[in-house]
Amino acid sequence: MITSSAPPADEHDHLRRKFLVETYRMMLLIRYFEEQVRSLSQGGLVPGLVHLCAGQEATNAGTCMHLRKDDYIASHHRGHGHCLAKGARPHLLMAEILGRQTGYCGGRSGSMHIFDRENGNLGTNGIVGGGIPLAAGAALSAKARGTEQIAVAYFGDGALNQGLVPECMNMAAIWSLPVVFVCENNGFGEFTATEDVTAGQSLLSRGQVYDIPSVEVDGMDVLAVSAAFVEARDRARRGGGPSFLLCNTYRFGGHHAGDRQDYKSEEDARLWRDRDPIPKLAMHLKAAEIASPAVLQDIEASVEEEIQAAVQFAKASPAPESLDLRVQLHG
Amino acid sequence: MAETSISTYRSAIIDALAEEMRNDAGVFLMGEDIGKAGGVFKQTEGLFIEFGAERVIDTPISEPGAFGMAVGAAMTGMRPVFEVMFGDFMTLIMDQLVNQAAKVAYMSNGQFTVPLVVRTTMGTGSSLGPQHSQSLYAWACHVPGLKVAVPSTPADAKGLYKSAIRDANPVLIFEDRMLYGLKGPVAVGETSLVPLGQAVVARGGRDLTVVAVGRMVQHALKAAERLSEDGIEIEVVDPRTLLPLDVETIACSVRRTNRALVVDGGAQQYGAGAEIAQSINEAAFDWLDAPVMRLCAENIPVPISRTLEPLVQPDESRIVAKVKELLVGHRWPDREDDSP
Repeated sequence: MITSSAPPADEHDHLRRKFLVETYRMMLLIRYFEEQVRSLSQGGLVPGLVHLCAGQEATNAGTCMHLRKDDYIASHHRGHGHCLAKGARPHLLMAEILGRQTGYCGGRSGSMHIFDRENGNLGTNGIVGGGIPLAAGAALSAKARGTEQIAVAYFGDGALNQGLVPECMNMAAIWSLPVVFVCENNGFGEFTATEDVTAGQSLLSRGQVYDIPSVEVDGMDVLAVSAAFVEARDRARRGGGPSFLLCNTYRFGGHHAGDRQDYKSEEDARLWRDRDPIPKLAMHLKAAEIASPAVLQDIEASVEEEIQAAVQFAKASPAPESLDLRVQLHG
Repeated sequence: MAETSISTYRSAIIDALAEEMRNDAGVFLMGEDIGKAGGVFKQTEGLFIEFGAERVIDTPISEPGAFGMAVGAAMTGMRPVFEVMFGDFMTLIMDQLVNQAAKVAYMSNGQFTVPLVVRTTMGTGSSLGPQHSQSLYAWACHVPGLKVAVPSTPADAKGLYKSAIRDANPVLIFEDRMLYGLKGPVAVGETSLVPLGQAVVARGGRDLTVVAVGRMVQHALKAAERLSEDGIEIEVVDPRTLLPLDVETIACSVRRTNRALVVDGGAQQYGAGAEIAQSINEAAFDWLDAPVMRLCAENIPVPISRTLEPLVQPDESRIVAKVKELLVGHRWPDREDDSP
């Protein structure tokens, strides 16, 4: 039904097309960002381990980009993509990953603990499943304050076997909280295949037992992820309670940047790489005449430039000083 | 002079929660059985009726998830007071407490704070057995980013709760169940606030300082009366908060009395007693006439037996005996008597 307040059909279509191009740009930005982090890590510039999300851009962008700036997310250790898609500035993120004073957390927290208050990011998290209750709690808070904000809890399949998943799903369901549980199922919990450590016929049943609307999604297809997520988001926003999205995806790299991945099947890896979500979206944009090859090339060039600038900024930024050691121990 | 009335320790806490909930719409309570049931120790009685199910939230028995949700709510504009029914069950929330709540302000470089209070119960005397009776506050004291309070009187319970709820940081408050019925004067409104990190001299004396924690303060005050009959005047200092610890007030007392005994209801090894004792050594060594001594709980699971349980924590008689032993000083002979 068309009402007088809705945009005309052609304008709506224009906005949708524009959003798809932005989505492409974001996925490419995440991919280039991760490639640079890998390179910097190999060059010894990144303190500690980094867990890259290359391959999972469709679940990052296909969810976060549909949120308001003041909506909340709580991410996990493979969370750079969530941060960027939620609005983080690449140069501040890169500086944090390099442990520099200019980074989001003053260089003290690094890749696994990135907080971005301005964009409602309650942190990537070094504890598997650790962010799930933070998002559910933010949803509780939003409901209590009556702000119509929603929250998204990101976790991997490894976290599905953490007790926090059923605990928080149960509470979100009984209290009808505006939270979306997004499982990025990349087939591995650290170095161990999901099927070796997970019982039950269906991962989707983890949400279904609480009567939470649960959908399995092709996590390599950003259009599919977007459609499922928008439905879950709207349900949460209008007071319809939680949803569970099981997004099947793949991490192109290992558990961390230096992982040799000798536990992976080469055949599987190749099949998943053939389903890379970025060229897939590019093909759609061209086929549907949403963006020409020239436009896509321009996007690639500008993203490349933006990431290079972020790397330069981070490298040129100072390390924190000893005076910073105890600052903000208490809030 | 501030207006006061006589209240129990239990009612003083309920009053603190109610006043802060009326003051600030962001304050809410979460915990098991705290709502409709009014708390297993009636420690939230009446609050559900006044504030309703959305501000006095009965959680499922899911401590890690529910506590983590309180942390998320605290990060996003609310001020939760989360109840862990028994201090022993702190073990269930450790990840969310240690790795999330306590570290968020530091990790986010101050972008987020966690204004959250954990209330929990502890102590012997209820015959609740090994999984419900430990006094584990020393564990919490080892976690950077937390604050820890152990109130010993109704007035302090009220005042510390009000301060804790207003604090920007996670604060843990340990309530000794045997204190719930203790009566004392309690101030009203803003005059009842007790700042975190400020010790108090609960009784003045010249001969020896007893620094006592939580319910041990009540035992020490009774011991002081008995000792006074023998002409021994001990000073009793109550730290009230263990983190931050007010070393200066404690050290000032020891500089006057020259001897110190620390009475701690928690375990001796690596405990709060050890921290306080060594703080005295560092701040008042030149004034000491004898080594600082400790009287602490046995480091064992608390047995349920009515004959064994009372032996676990220090009591009035043992404090009296220890003080007399210290003042006689026969265990610390003068240096000239030490020659072979």
